[in-house]
Amino acid sequence: MEWKGDLSVDGFLFLENGAFPHQDNQSLSVATNFEVYHDIRENLSFTIEAFYRLDSEDKERSHGDLSLAELLYFTDNWELTVGFGRVFWGATEFAHLVDIINQTDQVEAIDGEEKLGQPMVHLTVPKDWGVIEAFGLPWFRERTFPGINGRFRTPLVVDTDDTTYESSSKDHHLDLALRFSTTLAEADIGLYHFIGTSRDPVLQLSLDQDFNPVLHPHYEQIGQTGMDFQLIAGEWLLKGEAYYRTGQSRSYGATTFGFEYTFSAIADSLMDLGLIGEYVYDDRDEGWLPTINENDIMGGLRLAVNDMDDSTILLGVIHDIDFGSTIIAVEASRRIGESVRLNLDASIFTNMDARDPAFSLARDDFIKLEMIWYW
Amino acid sequence: MTCRIPHLTKTLVIPFLLSQLFLITTASCETAEEKGLAIAVEASRRDDGFGDYTADMLMILKNKQGKESRRSIRTKTLEVPGDGDKSLSIFDTPRDVKGTAFLTFSHKVGDDDQWLYLPALKRVKRINSRNKSGSFMGSEFAYEDISSQEVEKYTYKHLREEDYNGQACFVGESYPVDKKNSGYTKRISWLDKAEYRLQKVEFYDRKQSLLKTLTAKGYQQYLGKFWRPDEMNMVNHQTGKSTRLTWKNYKFRTGLSDKDFNSTSLKRAR
Repeated sequence: MEWKGDLSVDGFLFLENGAFPHQDNQSLSVATNFEVYHDIRENLSFTIEAFYRLDSEDKERSHGDLSLAELLYFTDNWELTVGFGRVFWGATEFAHLVDIINQTDQVEAIDGEEKLGQPMVHLTVPKDWGVIEAFGLPWFRERTFPGINGRFRTPLVVDTDDTTYESSSKDHHLDLALRFSTTLAEADIGLYHFIGTSRDPVLQLSLDQDFNPVLHPHYEQIGQTGMDFQLIAGEWLLKGEAYYRTGQSRSYGATTFGFEYTFSAIADSLMDLGLIGEYVYDDRDEGWLPTINENDIMGGLRLAVNDMDDSTILLGVIHDIDFGSTIIAVEASRRIGESVRLNLDASIFTNMDARDPAFSLARDDFIKLEMIWYW
Repeated sequence: MTCRIPHLTKTLVIPFLLSQLFLITTASCETAEEKGLAIAVEASRRDDGFGDYTADMLMILKNKQGKESRRSIRTKTLEVPGDGDKSLSIFDTPRDVKGTAFLTFSHKVGDDDQWLYLPALKRVKRINSRNKSGSFMGSEFAYEDISSQEVEKYTYKHLREEDYNGQACFVGESYPVDKKNSGYTKRISWLDKAEYRLQKVEFYDRKQSLLKTLTAKGYQQYLGKFWRPDEMNMVNHQTGKSTRLTWKNYKFRTGLSDKDFNSTSLKRAR
């Protein structure tokens, strides 16, 4: 039996008053992750990962999740996991378009990288020519949204007590996915098809119990074909993702692609400097399903100091080509001693255009400090 | 006197060797380049047939002020006949990177294939291994020092024979084939004549100055044939920093196969 976990404290300081009533100007939260892993037999194991956060301001951000609770069995020819699982699909750094199995935990991170555990049966069959994976997803997880006191929210609060579904089975619709992935020379390529409940809800205007206007999430049935690749071309790393979705308003496609180039051992030191350039385009109906990834260009600089404390600094810029809205983000991180990590994040939302769905973030410039103790 | 081309199992070496034969300008039968290559080939031949092994590695980084930081890594290595080894390295500490894993398919010719697994995101990222001079996890070991040392990745020149630490050694230079992406112009290596084990290496940077010295000690023999050191120490002369690697629990022929070195096994590495 192996145990591990962490305990973290974070604080947000917002540089302006919120755009909407009741929004906080600073917040403090504590969170813990806990993991237990056990080998029952050589090829049979279980893993449980649980998480809880307590937030001083936003009751929606005070939440927990069973991010992993799975039984894994494998042979030389196949692997099966049953339970709450976590699967990542994708290649690019800024936008994560094709990652569809797990629902986004929106209150944890606005970049969409934090996910909720997804109940699944997941069969993996590795072959010499590639890997085939089949998924049965019997229970749907709803996206989390900030509450009335929270930042990074829509002008009207999303009321997750009033969720509706296209399917009469609601959140018990059996979603299915099939994925093929392979390595061809210096390229890793994945191709999949998903049918089932869209992870992206449509937010519809309605009234809550007290007749206040709110948004309520409506989850439709979709079909989505997606692909992702990572490709080495000389000193470059090229990456891309694309999908085509049917079932929500009119059918549409979205794509993101870009490069990463690393200068190693710069200035006679151990430091590596990575350059990231990416582009994202989304062709969906603007009125029906607003997205902040319509037609944006992204640039990043990642400095790995390669010191004892694994210090890193990431500078990222996201620029909306249509509206000119720009997000500038800095993420700095270092270890302190052997088991504590300190993260400092800051984002500035500048030149935000009222026609851009990201406009609701215009007054959410923030500095966040986080300390995580690993045990 | 006739010149003899040593029997080489590595077919890729032969064209190189033949080309060297036509360049012979001295009266000597075996040039310094041929002898250097022959020693490298013999050292590699002696390690042929290990099959696979696992080991626990401790990496201790030390800065100029003497402050230390440790990383513990479990490694699995599979010999691939006709090509470079496959290897999987899994981090146990520091705790914030626990479960992070590197999968490498090294190749005799061309760049290695490398993937990084990030357990918090359950994400596999491809790594461009072209840039060989980058630091491996903040240590004084560059990726090119850690990766599988295939004969074909260097050209050679035998210098002399001399005693080092009481052992008669071959001293030779080696030059990276991929000059553009290596951090070195040359390495000078000391191999003991008795067992062809690496005892010491000096690394010269792109300005031809001495950058680092690697020493190995505590060699033990496994399966009555394969030698592995218990400890290696890399000292950077320009920064005063050093990295010590120690190994424990070497186990050979544990039954690993290609199926333990693919994206599916990488994701369940722990």
